[in-house]
Amino acid sequence: MYFVYLRRELRRRARQAVLIAIGLAVGIGLVVTVSAASAGVKSAQGEVLHSLYGVGTDITVTKTAAPGSSGAQRFRFGGGANHAEITPGQHISRQTLRPSFGESTLPYSDVAKVSSLAGAAGATGALTLTDTSFSGTIPSFREAGGRFGEPAGATGSEAGRSGPSAAFSVSTFTVDGVAISSSQVGPLTAAEVTKGSYFKASEADSPVAIVSSTYAKQHSLSVGSKLSVAEEKVSVIGVASVPSGAAEVYLPLGTAQKLSGSSGKITTIFLRASSAGDVSSLASKVSRAIPGATVATSESLASEVSGSLQSASKLANSLGKWLSIVALIVAFLLAGLLMVSAVSRRVREFGTLKAIGWRTRRIVGQVMGEGIALGIGGGILGIVLGVVGAEVITAISPSLTATVGPSFANGGAFAAAGPGAFGAAAGRSAGRGAFTHTVLVHMTAPLQGGTIGLAVGLAIAGGLIAGAFGSWRAARLRPAAALRSLA
Amino acid sequence: MSSEPSHSRPPSPPQDTTLSLALGTDAINGSTSLASSGQSVYELRDVVKRFGRGPSAVVALDRVTLTVKQGEFLAIQGPTGEGKTTLLLLLGGLDRPTSGTILYGGRDLSSLSEQELAQLRASAFGFVFQTFNLIPTLTAQENVETALVPVHASPADRRRRAVEMLAELGLADRAKHLPGELSGGQQQRVAIARALVKEPAVLLADEPTGNLDEETRDEIVTLLERLWRARSLTLLMVTHDSTVAQRAQRIAVMRAGRLTAGVSRSA
Repeated sequence: MYFVYLRRELRRRARQAVLIAIGLAVGIGLVVTVSAASAGVKSAQGEVLHSLYGVGTDITVTKTAAPGSSGAQRFRFGGGANHAEITPGQHISRQTLRPSFGESTLPYSDVAKVSSLAGAAGATGALTLTDTSFSGTIPSFREAGGRFGEPAGATGSEAGRSGPSAAFSVSTFTVDGVAISSSQVGPLTAAEVTKGSYFKASEADSPVAIVSSTYAKQHSLSVGSKLSVAEEKVSVIGVASVPSGAAEVYLPLGTAQKLSGSSGKITTIFLRASSAGDVSSLASKVSRAIPGATVATSESLASEVSGSLQSASKLANSLGKWLSIVALIVAFLLAGLLMVSAVSRRVREFGTLKAIGWRTRRIVGQVMGEGIALGIGGGILGIVLGVVGAEVITAISPSLTATVGPSFANGGAFAAAGPGAFGAAAGRSAGRGAFTHTVLVHMTAPLQGGTIGLAVGLAIAGGLIAGAFGSWRAARLRPAAALRSLA
Repeated sequence: MSSEPSHSRPPSPPQDTTLSLALGTDAINGSTSLASSGQSVYELRDVVKRFGRGPSAVVALDRVTLTVKQGEFLAIQGPTGEGKTTLLLLLGGLDRPTSGTILYGGRDLSSLSEQELAQLRASAFGFVFQTFNLIPTLTAQENVETALVPVHASPADRRRRAVEMLAELGLADRAKHLPGELSGGQQQRVAIARALVKEPAVLLADEPTGNLDEETRDEIVTLLERLWRARSLTLLMVTHDSTVAQRAQRIAVMRAGRLTAGVSRSA
């Protein structure tokens, strides 16, 4: 009887029931979509921070390059003791591996220095490098000692530059030299290697490399392929799934130092604190232990991230959140008021039921049941709407950029650049002697169990609220008055 | 069949349907009273029902004193708005008097909790309304079954009793019809079936023929009369229709909230 009565009643006022359910569905759908988008933004932020920061890292230590001494790629042709004379029309090709633009080096001994500090749980050093290839035919320019400094700029890793009398091409990729002994902290961990294997201890200065899956795909590389780094052939022993913005090629630290001529040097120290509470004090200790170093924590890094990713984060966490809350409140109120209205129209019905012996709690239970049924209906519809919304976001996959401000970027603690459009110089812009670093990520809207759980909870809450409004009205009904008015 | 509480049906069934009526006026308080001899089901003493407060208060019932014998068929007649329905609702435990006492089977309804009143309504009282008051989304059979929900009859028992009751009232072939698919007379018969399926001691009918044409009116009154006799019911019927009231054993006339006159007849 309970369910028959409930079902028939909802069917009788189907239009109103649908309106209530749609109201709840819009609110719940919005919550699901915004939650999924928020999770996507968080994931993107995590990806960015990971790419800039490394795995398991609480603090990075870098050193800013002195003005004019940065590791920018430069190619000298002629005029120098180590360079051959060049002539117009001559074809040349060079490949060098140097610390990335704006990077300065630290002695590897600094790793031991910081890892011995109280509150430090682990540390490793890495060498952040850029491999730049330059090839072309020497034009007939008069400046025989001409220098080709900054690469092609924002034109990408395969950037080409051509002029009336020149045809040069410049290509770059980013390289991280990683210490093999410490795989739990740093820019690359064994867990990220999806094909092949991680570096063995015996390969500390061997010509082996692990490439990012994106770079491997772009250049058709696989385990066993050969790769040219600083005009040396190295064997690809693994492919790693690393976030966009992370380095494209990973070498054992010894190999990277040897190929870049940076023996005994690193550019970044990745440091893990014993506990989250130690991060701040440990950062202070590091600053004192290595004077002049740039010490960055994840907090300081996150605060310096700007760009559309940050805007999306703000959108999801402020506007989206409040929009969802307002939509939910409106939906719940609408549902509640419509239920009150529906109950008010059934005063004779409930008065009659009371007259034949139905207790108030039974009538309230009937109304609550109707509210909960509407809530469940609205919840299911809302989840469907939310899933569709999340899928649309994922399908569109909007590109978000995260730009790290000068104070961090100057330190060069991040991997030099992302793939594609963010080559060695791409994404960096000079301004007042400082540099920024931009990472491109694609936003997704992953649906998590918690989000669906939240939606179900909201649906039940919506139903209970709607039912409670109606029940409140039903409980306050004076059946005698209702029946009397009909006499 | 549900078990009924001990207070739901007073003990002795009526043997004599010819009742004497005493109409008296209390010289001191000016109240009017109607009393009948025999085992009383209801005893009302100086019942007042007032709506609102202060000068704008409306006195719906003014010191009504009434005794209703078990098995009696009493018509409460009077123009619309004179307090008949209010009296019926008080008798059915759906409202409480402002003052005075209403004894049912010796128990003061005013002293009962809402739960006890609901239990009484579920087992002892059957209601029939002018506008039938059937649940529009439920079939005739389901409407009858609603009366058995509060007495916790099993679904199978509910179905069986509802079908039997509808058959007794000649509606077996309309059991699966919605109220909107039935004529006025049929709807009222469903409402009567709903009122009687739980076998109450008292049937309270509020203008049961008010929405019916003459032919159907006579049919319904005849049906009620038949059921009253067959089931030894105490039947209290509110009506403004003197033709209908004439069918009762006793007629109480209400004017301005007071019982002003009464006649009795042999049934």
